[in-house]
Amino acid sequence: MANASNLQDSSALPSLRRSMSSPRTLFAIGMTGLTFLAAAIALLILVAILSYVVINGGSRVSLDLFTQLPPVAVIKTGGGFGNALIGTLMTVMIAVLLSVPFGILAAIYLSEFGRETLFSSIVDFLTNVLSGVPSIVVGVFAYGVIVTKTGFSLKLGFSAIAGGVALAVLMLPIVVRTAAEALESVPNDVRQAAIGLGATQFQTVFRIVLPAAIPSITTGVMLAVARAAGETAPLILTTLFGYSWINSLIAPPTPTLSVLVFNFATGPSRNQQQLAWAASLILVALVLITSLLSRLAIRRKV
Amino acid sequence: MSSDTKSSSPTETVLKTENASVYYGNFRALQGISLDIPKQQITALIGPSGCGKSTLLRCYNRLNDLVKGFRVEGKISYHGQDLYAPEIDPVELRRRIGMVFQKPNPFPKSIYDNIAFGPRLVGYKGDMDDLVERSLKQSALWDEVKDKLKQNGAALSGGQQQRLCIARAIAVQPDVILMDEPCSALDPISTLRIEDLLQELKQHYTIIIVTHNMQQASRVSDMTAFFNVEMTEKGGRVGHLVEYSETQRIFQSPTEKSTQEYVSGRFG
Repeated sequence: MANASNLQDSSALPSLRRSMSSPRTLFAIGMTGLTFLAAAIALLILVAILSYVVINGGSRVSLDLFTQLPPVAVIKTGGGFGNALIGTLMTVMIAVLLSVPFGILAAIYLSEFGRETLFSSIVDFLTNVLSGVPSIVVGVFAYGVIVTKTGFSLKLGFSAIAGGVALAVLMLPIVVRTAAEALESVPNDVRQAAIGLGATQFQTVFRIVLPAAIPSITTGVMLAVARAAGETAPLILTTLFGYSWINSLIAPPTPTLSVLVFNFATGPSRNQQQLAWAASLILVALVLITSLLSRLAIRRKV
Repeated sequence: MSSDTKSSSPTETVLKTENASVYYGNFRALQGISLDIPKQQITALIGPSGCGKSTLLRCYNRLNDLVKGFRVEGKISYHGQDLYAPEIDPVELRRRIGMVFQKPNPFPKSIYDNIAFGPRLVGYKGDMDDLVERSLKQSALWDEVKDKLKQNGAALSGGQQQRLCIARAIAVQPDVILMDEPCSALDPISTLRIEDLLQELKQHYTIIIVTHNMQQASRVSDMTAFFNVEMTEKGGRVGHLVEYSETQRIFQSPTEKSTQEYVSGRFG
């Protein structure tokens, strides 16, 4: 009987045992370790941002933040950003009211009526381009079309509406793309079932397809909201920061959290800097809450 | 090609196909089909895959309209009316000619809403609870789901889902029910339950069933139409009607040789 441990003997059973020093094994171990390391670094960066914000901003968290107005630079302590919080919520709400209905209707066209047409390919392509347009460019566009008092403009001046429109332009491609994907992923056989029962295309879309896609569409809208709530550049050009409560949709001041961070973070006042950190913390918390809500929404999908 | 429709008592023809040919763009799927579907009986369309039986079925409720390049030559009429006349509204048509599909496709809604969907489309004002109950009883599903009407339709088993789809189709009180291989995705027990159901359903509805299961056709149907594929001069394939007769005749003493070969399992 041949000696089974002699690998060179061709009549012996080949050893199936893994060799710990073969180049193949070492390569596998090395690559696995590398991928783990990369994931750990990504996680570390996120944790670093979160902990930096929490540590620096956490000390100012109190009810005052939501009830008091921002302090001017000379005031050494106290103050909050209740007006900026309202401003952020208001501009985001205007943006949602503008972008979500349009976005969903556009997505319905792309998914239900225009599949494989040249027009919808063009719309699809341009939507993708729009999602890559820098937010400052969107801000300049909104400035030129809504804020300025001269030329081809609505001439509304700096206002919550101008800010809302700018954010809506930023949200629109995200809403359209995720809504179109959500609608397209509704399986075709339920559409056929509806049509087989004598439903018109309108009835099929609004009674069967759209309700089935709502959980995914909600997630897409939440993602778009999370993005819009944190945008700064377009708001700098369309809303005027202020230290008092908002009293009009079409007149300044319309303070927002992101612009507050921009104004206060690099100023000389330590008080303001601390508030900038606190505002950052609140913004991050807003993104976290919307992400959690969108997870819940998708879980409800049967 | 024989199309013997002799029967002992005069039966009204619901759907009359006269020398119809079906095209998808330049591709001819069916050629020269002439077929009379009798009222309140079960007619089975059998034949090997690709012979066009599902295509013909979908012509009857104009579901093929959704396919690009589809057109029909010849005439298909429903109670004497040309189905493909320009003034015909396919939406109205589909409320009278319903369909049950091969793979059960309940809506992602409650069982109740699945069945109520069709009637609500036409603004049904009567007692919906009663209609839902009657439809579920007629499709032999009531006892199993009467306590869980609010449950999602997709949570049922395959056989139950298909009976739900049948209940959904009959809730709109159609004239004809088209069934495209309704049991092919189901287990044998569910299949037999649905076959029993069909015998009761035919008392109220005209049923046309496409099936590739010959034993099912011989168990269930009154009339059987055998389709086959033919090679054309250019090397393409086109479906045509070989023989149409009472089911007993088709299975025991068919006229055509290819029919005899198919029903005895020699091919297909």
